[in-house]
Amino acid sequence: MLGEQIIKGMAVTARNFFGSYVSKNRLTTVQYPEERLTPKENTRQFPFLVYDGDDPEKGLRCVACQICEKECPPQCIYIVKSKDKKPDYKGQAQLYPATFDIDISVCMSCQICAEVCPFDAIKMNTEFELSADDRFGGLLLRKEQLARSNEYYRKIHPGEAAAVDEHLAGEKSKAEAKAKAAAEAKAKTIPNTQPT
Amino acid sequence: MFEALDQIFVTLKHQAVEFFPDAWRAFVSALVSISFIPLVFATLFAFVTVIERKGIGRIQNRYGPNRVGIPLTKIRLCGFGQFIPDGIKSLTKEDVVPRAADQVVHFLAPVVLLIPVLLAYAVLPIGRNMTAADFDAGVLFFFAVGGAVELSVFMAGWSSHNKYSLLGAMRAIAQMISYEVPLILSAVTVIMIVGSLKLADIVAAQNLYTFGIAHWFVFTPWGLAGFILFFIASLAESNRSPFDLPEAESEIIAGYFTEYSGFKFALFFLGEYLGMFAISGLGITLFLGGWTAPFSFLAWVPSYLWFFAKLMALVFIFIWVRGTLPRLRMDQLMNFAWKFMLPLSLVNIVTAGLWHFLGAGLLRWAVCSVLIFGAYVILGRGLMSNQKLGKRIYRYAE
Repeated sequence: MLGEQIIKGMAVTARNFFGSYVSKNRLTTVQYPEERLTPKENTRQFPFLVYDGDDPEKGLRCVACQICEKECPPQCIYIVKSKDKKPDYKGQAQLYPATFDIDISVCMSCQICAEVCPFDAIKMNTEFELSADDRFGGLLLRKEQLARSNEYYRKIHPGEAAAVDEHLAGEKSKAEAKAKAAAEAKAKTIPNTQPT
Repeated sequence: MFEALDQIFVTLKHQAVEFFPDAWRAFVSALVSISFIPLVFATLFAFVTVIERKGIGRIQNRYGPNRVGIPLTKIRLCGFGQFIPDGIKSLTKEDVVPRAADQVVHFLAPVVLLIPVLLAYAVLPIGRNMTAADFDAGVLFFFAVGGAVELSVFMAGWSSHNKYSLLGAMRAIAQMISYEVPLILSAVTVIMIVGSLKLADIVAAQNLYTFGIAHWFVFTPWGLAGFILFFIASLAESNRSPFDLPEAESEIIAGYFTEYSGFKFALFFLGEYLGMFAISGLGITLFLGGWTAPFSFLAWVPSYLWFFAKLMALVFIFIWVRGTLPRLRMDQLMNFAWKFMLPLSLVNIVTAGLWHFLGAGLLRWAVCSVLIFGAYVILGRGLMSNQKLGKRIYRYAE
């Protein structure tokens, strides 16, 4: 009969209307500033720089190789190499970025910089509340603002960070073993060269 | 005491008028009555916009607006302060008029909409002795004034010089004229039974009680059918979903007010809601007993509270329907008006006549119920028999 389905439909909407007052589970939205959902592990917003230890200046993994700057499709990364060198996590002397800027108003969150980085130095952040009242200076993030500790990285991307840590530890122990072997070889060869 | 509370606004007005010299009294009395209509109903409009957004939100399992309360404080009032920023926004927005538009007509259209809508409130009895202008041809006046709304719609659509505006106006006028026929024919039944066009008489005829239940016309077979027809037609008259073809956002942007912005758009919005309240008010007066209580033991509640309670209940149903039904197609709209509503309202008029001439008794209940229900089933079947459900066949596109 005409109107039967309309009555059924009205019953459905009425059930939703009253149900949303009774059960909280029905409401899919979250009261944002007070209530927050923890971001998913695969979330990515804008890149950040990882540093080991406590000092962002000293522990920065970035060696200013500029691969990310060249690969960045919208060209939002600007790097100036340092004149001097400092030791990296393996104890090897490396350059470091004197300037490392990312213009997040240009960045398109493609993650290519994080993928190409051979030093696991640049990763994707999950922070999204980045509004600023200055649209030029406020959205141009400097090295100091980009540097985040490895603990932070472990917190936002636990799985990924564990893999990176394992890889770096392996590299480090390999380098150490190599250095030791070299030192031993050196120690062995040096006496031989000594004139008897 | 309850009597005094019921008549408090009437006595206050009389006392206020006493202060003026004799020659002024009639004028001041009219002025006071008139000035309260926009005040009360515009406030109601402000709240209903929030209630509507919250209600639709709840139907879709969302919260709806719940942030803005009293400005500059942390009190939120469940978001009922939302209309203040909304109002400020629409007042301060740039008023864009297209270069090709007919400037004068474009400016006049929202004004022309608001005038008849506000005039319609003149005859509505919103409480005992509370009618701005209670004259003999009240119902006729209401429909005559309501007919002028189409003029404004056409002015808005034509003067904008925009295809969407014109399409929206064409749809609106076709819809409003089609649905005005069942609207008036369903109201005719009440006029036949009461024998008067005066709204005060119509309310008085329903202000009787048997076994403590009121003699509202909606409790009779012809009255129930009449009320449902009236309600559907008033949905179409006030361009509400599912009859919101004139504004169909997904098809023609915003219909006849595509080219309106800022305060003029707000006026259209206001006019539409005030029209909805006015037509709901008439429906209440004709079928739901106006300001009378449903049960005799509740008769002590002030009459204006009953009127506004019924008005809010009807507005809630308007919102509920909007949250449920999708928009009709143009041909479905026309078929529904001319092939279903019009014949059913004609049958309803015959039924009301039979009800009058059969006299009191169970016989007239049985005869009238069967007549209405039979007509409903047969007409409904006829309306649905033409439906071709299934895959849509495109004649030219393929």
